[in-house]
Formats: sequence, C-alpha cells, structure tokens
Amino acid sequence: MSRVNDFVVRFANVNGTGSASANYLFAKSIFRMGVPVSAKNIFPSNIQGLPTWYEVRVSEKGYLGRKAGIDIMVCVNPQSMKKDIASVRSGGYFLYDSTKTLHDEFLRDDIQFIGVPIMDICNREFTDPRQKQLFKNIVYVGALSQLLNIEVNVIESLFGDQFKGKEKLIAPNMKAFQLGREFIKDNFNYPLEFYVERRDLVKDSIMIDGNAAAGLGAVYGGASVVAWYPITPSTSLVSSFEEYARKLRIDPVSGKNNFSIVQAEDELAAIGMAIGANWNGARSFTATSGPGISLMSEFLGLAYYAEIPVVLVDVQRSGPSTGMPTRTQQSDILSTAYASHGDTKHVLLIPSTPTECFTMMADAFDYAEELQTPVIMLTDLDLGMNEHMTEPFHWDDTRIYNRGKVLTAEQLDSLPEWGRYKDMDGDGIPYRTIPGTHPSKGSYFTRGSSHDENAAYSEDSATYVRIMDRLLRKLETAKKMIPTPQFYQSGKNSDTAIIFYGTSMHAAEEAIDILKNEGTSIDAMRLKSFPFCDEVGEFIDRYEKVFVIEQNRDAQMRALLINELEIHPKKLIKVLNYDGTPITADFILKNIHQSLLQPIN
Amino acid sequence: MTYIKPKFAHPRLPKNNLGYTRKEYEGSLSTLCAGCGHDSISAAIVDACFELNIEPHRVAKMSGIGCSSKTPAYFLSNSHGFNAVHGRMPSVTTGANLANRSMIYLGVSGDGDTASIGMGQFAHVVRRNLNMTYIVMNNGCYGLTKGQDSATADYGSISKSGNMNSFEGIDLCALAIELGATYVAQSFSGDKGQLIPLIKAALSHSGFSLINVVSPCVTFNNNPGSTKSYDYVREHNEALSSLDFVPVKEEIITDYDHSKVKMVELHDGSMIKLHKLSPEWDPENKLSIMTALHHAREKHEILTGLLYIDNESIELNELLNTTQTPLNLLTEKELCPGSAVLDKICAELR
Repeated sequence: MSRVNDFVVRFANVNGTGSASANYLFAKSIFRMGVPVSAKNIFPSNIQGLPTWYEVRVSEKGYLGRKAGIDIMVCVNPQSMKKDIASVRSGGYFLYDSTKTLHDEFLRDDIQFIGVPIMDICNREFTDPRQKQLFKNIVYVGALSQLLNIEVNVIESLFGDQFKGKEKLIAPNMKAFQLGREFIKDNFNYPLEFYVERRDLVKDSIMIDGNAAAGLGAVYGGASVVAWYPITPSTSLVSSFEEYARKLRIDPVSGKNNFSIVQAEDELAAIGMAIGANWNGARSFTATSGPGISLMSEFLGLAYYAEIPVVLVDVQRSGPSTGMPTRTQQSDILSTAYASHGDTKHVLLIPSTPTECFTMMADAFDYAEELQTPVIMLTDLDLGMNEHMTEPFHWDDTRIYNRGKVLTAEQLDSLPEWGRYKDMDGDGIPYRTIPGTHPSKGSYFTRGSSHDENAAYSEDSATYVRIMDRLLRKLETAKKMIPTPQFYQSGKNSDTAIIFYGTSMHAAEEAIDILKNEGTSIDAMRLKSFPFCDEVGEFIDRYEKVFVIEQNRDAQMRALLINELEIHPKKLIKVLNYDGTPITADFILKNIHQSLLQPIN
Repeated sequence: MTYIKPKFAHPRLPKNNLGYTRKEYEGSLSTLCAGCGHDSISAAIVDACFELNIEPHRVAKMSGIGCSSKTPAYFLSNSHGFNAVHGRMPSVTTGANLANRSMIYLGVSGDGDTASIGMGQFAHVVRRNLNMTYIVMNNGCYGLTKGQDSATADYGSISKSGNMNSFEGIDLCALAIELGATYVAQSFSGDKGQLIPLIKAALSHSGFSLINVVSPCVTFNNNPGSTKSYDYVREHNEALSSLDFVPVKEEIITDYDHSKVKMVELHDGSMIKLHKLSPEWDPENKLSIMTALHHAREKHEILTGLLYIDNESIELNELLNTTQTPLNLLTEKELCPGSAVLDKICAELR
C-alpha cells in the first residue's frame, strides 16, 4: 500500500525550549508542498521544563482529525523517552538524539531507531549557547526533511518569512537545517517508505488557529470594547484581537484607538464590563474557558432577563474544576446552554474550523444585538490553540452591521408610546434605547428584578409569566436566524445516522468515509447552533438509531437534544471521547461497530 | 412598587440655565423607610444636578443591589438607570464608560454592595481611575435582610439586638486613597449643606470620585450604641473643611486668606474653594489625610468634607489612548477593515 502523503509524526520535546516554532516549520513545509496537514500541540500546564508533544498528521485524502498510531517519533526529551518509544506503532521509526546512547531496556525489535547526534552537531558547529540550544530543533527538522523528501527551497522560503527584517538569522538556520540533512544522507537510507510528494491539494487554504481567527472576526464584526481575564486556552483570542486592532483600528487623524481593551480583575468583572458596554451601545465581548463560565453565570442571567446583547466565547478545556487546563474537551454544553439560576436559555454557536470561528464571531454581534441576549460561541482548545488548514476568510464590503431594534431620538419623538419590554412585532424582541439618545424620552431602568413591559418593577404573577413567555418566543425567532446544521446524505436508505459538532467534525467525516468504503452508508448531521431549529428534530425522526459523538463524559449534547426535543433516550447512542485528547476516526468507528453488532430493540 | 409622583408643578418654580425646574431632576416616590438617610442623599443629588445645569439624559445612574441601589429610581427619571447584580456595579459602569466616554456616570452603592460582596470590583475601579462619581450610602448594616452588621460597621458598635460588633470596620475613604482614588470625600446624609457642593465637585472631577456618606438606617441601626446612628454621627462629625463649588465662568475672588482658603481647579475649569478647618491637612497631600484619618479614628471622630483630591488625575479612557469620539458612535467605516485587508491577511497565512 502506498504511504505517500499518509503518516503521523510526533515530536517529544521539553516545553520552553523553542521547539514549537521548529515543529510548526515542519508542518507548514508540508502545507506549502500542497499536501493537507494537521498539527496538534499536546502540552502541559507549565511554563518550562515539562514534556510536551506536537503531532503532525499528513493526509493525501485531506483528513484533518487526529489519528492514533505514530509512524515516526522525534524524541529530544529524555524524560519521556521510555513512554515515547513504547508509543510508536510496530514497524515505525524512532528518531532521537544519539549524543547519549539509549538504555538497552528501551529498545524494541519491531521499530527502527534513527540516531542523530543532535547535541554533538550543535556543540561542534555553533558557539553561541543560545544557538546551540535552539538549533537542536532545526537539526532534527533537517533530518526529517531528508527522510521524508521535503523540499529544501520550501524550508528556505519559510525561514525567509519567519525572519523578515532579521535576515541575518536565515543563514545559521539554514546551516543547522542542512547539517541534519547531511547526517541522514551519510548514515541512513532515505526516503522512508512513507514520505511527502508535492501535490495541489490545499488550493487557496490558509493555516491559522481558531483563537486568532475569532479575534480577527471580532475586529471585522465591529467589537470596540473588550474586557477579559487571562485563562488558558482563551487568552490568545484576546491577544489576537489586540494585535489586529493595533494594526487595523487606529484613527488615522488622531492616532488614537478606535477600541478599548481592559484586563479585568476576574471573569465576573470581564462579563460585567462587556454587558455595560453593550448596554451603552458599543459592541463588546469577552472570552473565557470553563471556570470563567461558572463565574460569569450570574451576569449571563442578568443579560438574558434584562435583554442586553453580549458576546462571549468559551474556548472549552477539560473540566471539572481546574481539570486539565491544557487539554481539550466539549464539556460546557449544558453549563452554557442553561447558564445561570432560574429559567434561562442561551444562544450557542458551535464552529468546527477557524473559518467558522471568524465568520461566527463576526455574526455573533449581529445575533446578539438583533436578539438582545447573550450569544455564546463554543470552541475548544483543539480548535482554539492549534493551527488548522482552513478555507480563506471572506468579507462582503457592502455588509452593514445589524444593530437590531434600537430607537433613535426621531423615532422616539414620533412614537405615540414606547415600553422597553413591549413585543410590538410578535417576534419576542422589544425595542431598546441607548442612554443619552433623547432629553426626555426613552429612559428606563435596566434591572434583573422582575419587571413589566415598561421596565417598572413588578411582582405581579401574570406580568412575570408574560415576560418569561415572551423570552421563549424570542428564542423561537433565534432558531430562524442562527446557522442551520450541515447535513451529510449518503443517498442510501440508511436507518442509522450520526450527529456531531465542533472539533469532532474532522474525525467524524473521516469515519463516514471509511464506513462508506466498507459498504455501510450512514447519514450525518453537524450541529452548529442552539436552540435547535426544526430541521434537527426532523433529521433525528428519520432514523431508528442515531449516534451522538461528543468529547465529554456525560453526553451533554445528547442530554440537550433529549430535553429540548423530547427524543426517546434509547434512540440516541453515546459515543464519548473525554480523555483530553482530540477524538479520532478510529475511536468513532470502534464505537459504531460495537453498537451496530447489537440488534436494535 | 414604584410610585409615580404627580406631574403638577408650580408654574413659577425656579429654572436653571437649561430651562429645567428641579422637577425635571426628580424621580419616582421613594419606597424606603420614612426618615431613611438615603432619601436625603437622593435629594442632594437632585439639587446638585439641577444647580450644575446637567442635562439629565447625559447621566447614567448605576447601582448594584440593596436599599441604596434602589435609589436611582428616586432621582433623575430622565436618565437611564442600571441595577446590576450585587457588588458588580463598577464593572458594568466601566464597560458603559468605555462605550461612551462623553456621558456622566453616577454610581450609588451601599456598604454591603461595596465593602463586602463588591470589594474586589470597588478596589479595581478605583485603581483604574474610571471617570465616575461613586456614592456609598453607608449605614453599617444590611437593611433589606433585616439589619445584619456590614463590613463598615465600626468595631464596638452595638446593633439593635444588643450585640457588639467584634470585627474591624473597613474605612472606605482611607482604602480608596491608598488605591489611587483621585477625589475622596466623606459626608453625612443629615448635612445637605456639605453634601451638595461635594457632589457637584465630584461630578465635575475627571477621574474616580468617591463620596462616602454616612446614612443612618432608621429601622435597623439607629439605636443607642450604634456608631452609624443620627445622634452618634451628629456628635462625632468633625468637618475638615467647608467647601464652595465655583462653576466655570463664575468670577473667582482672588482676595482671600491663603492659609485658610485653598482654591483647587478641576479638569473642566470649575473651582473648589476650600475653607480649611485644620492647619495640618492639605487636600492634595496623601500623607496628611491618612494621618488625619488615623487620628480621627483614635478619637472616635468622623472626618467629613473633601479629604483628598488629585487634580492632575488622568482618567481611564485617556490612559487607554481611546479616541475622543464615543466608541458607540463608530460605524462600519471606522470599525471594519474591509475585504482587501482581509485578503492580504489571508495571503500571509498561506
């Protein structure tokens, strides 16, 4: 079987040693050769000194999900060496720094060892202590490029991009790279039986992480006030917004910022600021992860009940509590859908790619202002912090932000009467006013206590019920506005289907493909939002058995489907990956196979 | 219930420069207990805004949760109000202010809302020097939940049920000065003559202004032995200064005794004319006011008046280098970089 453009490389490094950019260089070089690639960082919650891994999957077929089974392990971390050797698939390779000899007990007969004296080479060729350390990473990239047929000029041009303005760094980097290549040429057979071959498969794709894409989306979506509290894995989202805003949002005349960013004292303050800014008519968001969602819940209830737009991004990580802060999960589905005490329900957007992070983030501000309610975009660590191959972003220059039902002074003057919480249009969405609009009309009191249609305090039961029912009506309107699911129709009369969402998409699509090749046709639906639109229930109704693929322990999306659509629980079969690593197609297939062998009751 | 006051007004009520009568600055009828100190503070806010010729709709009234936080309903009915969650008024006000720096932000809060549940947000809004006036209606107890001691109850104060408070009370003024507040005053709800000019100066100050107003709770904390009762505060009130607020454009008399009178110019050009009652104290000197507050505490005195002012104050929007145009007025034109820029960004990501 041809193994061209189909293999997995894993790097084992010590964090804080500059390995990340070298590993990314490797991944990007494959992308530049036109071959689909996905890269995933598996890193500890630590600054320096602990084991960290980087996994690169090369896939001619364009499968971007994680794949189990390591074809070649590049190990420069003695701490994790024993485990790393054990993790290589039988018949695979282990590339290591042979400056020190391997322990005999680590050796395996069924894999091949490629020893490169990386430290020796660097000590011999470089004098600067920092270069000796950093170029170790470049030497192994050189060695790999020789083993895998990666084109030298591609690496050279990547160095050119990386060191724009610091061109004198290109030559020593190229030297280290060539040293790695030379060592392989002199000592080993190359290429390996799997290698990279230039293709034209990535087309106009770009490589970016979801957080950077969402930060850029917020700039395009018109966010002008950002409040946040640092938390992994959402921090880089706000950093990205700031970086883009500092380039793209400076007033050309005054040189001043057309945005404000405040690092809040905690997540409570972060969402409070975002709510205050939106209340006052500026588009504002905050980003956080699980622990922040817990803290923001009270404020989310206020924004829901007082009907204040706000955009929140939850880059999910493994919970509960502090959990595994640097590992991925989709475990905040229920805590965001129903965030806060009392009867609440929130709009969720669930992107699967950085492109969707960009689009949904920009759109989220429209949804929030149109619906006058919190809109929560749910991504996860895998999507947020890993660079993904994704479609380029597009923007329609004729697009006008939809600011929703906001009354101007002229409108207030011409209206016979106005009540902040009156449903004038039957869509559950009232008209709001921005402070300072009119000298004598349109002022009202925003409160989280029960209120009537005129925003006056009220404990009248009928009034309370009326307002609460209208809020449900508003969510019905939301269903027609937010993204509809993506359907995968096999064209065959399948009685089985699968449902997935977010970063399970790549692995699920791969599983569908493999099943199809095995002769099992299966239909599928990718959820993109909550509350569920009618098509979701209609889809589920068509099948006898529906697998719900998730990356959490408690089958949270399944619970939400059962609760919201009154689906019989037996119909929805859980496929749950919750070990903190991104889900694989193999995992999905194993679960589906097991279940399909059992008869349907 | 919120009661609506009759609209009828005497035709010859005095008008301010905007042509508004005092009525235009009032709110609905208070539902607080008869004699509540908070109502006097609401009345002082009405007077201060009327006299300052503030357009009511240019004010945002911000509050948290508690008796004090209900009061925005009782003044400035033509202003938008925001009753945030308990202790979180500062963050909502911060966001609102960043969205539109051109408005006046008036926050009212209580001792529970500020010194207990809201302590974190209070501390941080002070150190950010948000351009707002923050009035604490401080009665040393939780009124709405029937009179429990709050964190500003003084050590040794006796509650209505006869229990002595055995915890140290938090001095909000001293704390705010330490944290970098640029205008700090203390007053008593029973002294409208002192309170009104303090509010006017605070509203005119650019930066964070704290006015801690001791405001007795007639229902739960006005008993003998309480250090927040009307009688106690009247007996122990020690004014540091008396203050006249001199609005912009009004002629300033230059002939005064500099050892007793200090003129402080505010950001907008208005002036504070301070009649100093203590020779050791200088309102622009942190050390002198911290010393005075410590001495006062030892002597069981409540220092009132303007305590501290930094008229070189730089408020948050200036610190962040935000554009002068309110951010909520920016449109796609200023906010969205457009497709050509996006295509370029994408090209760099290939």
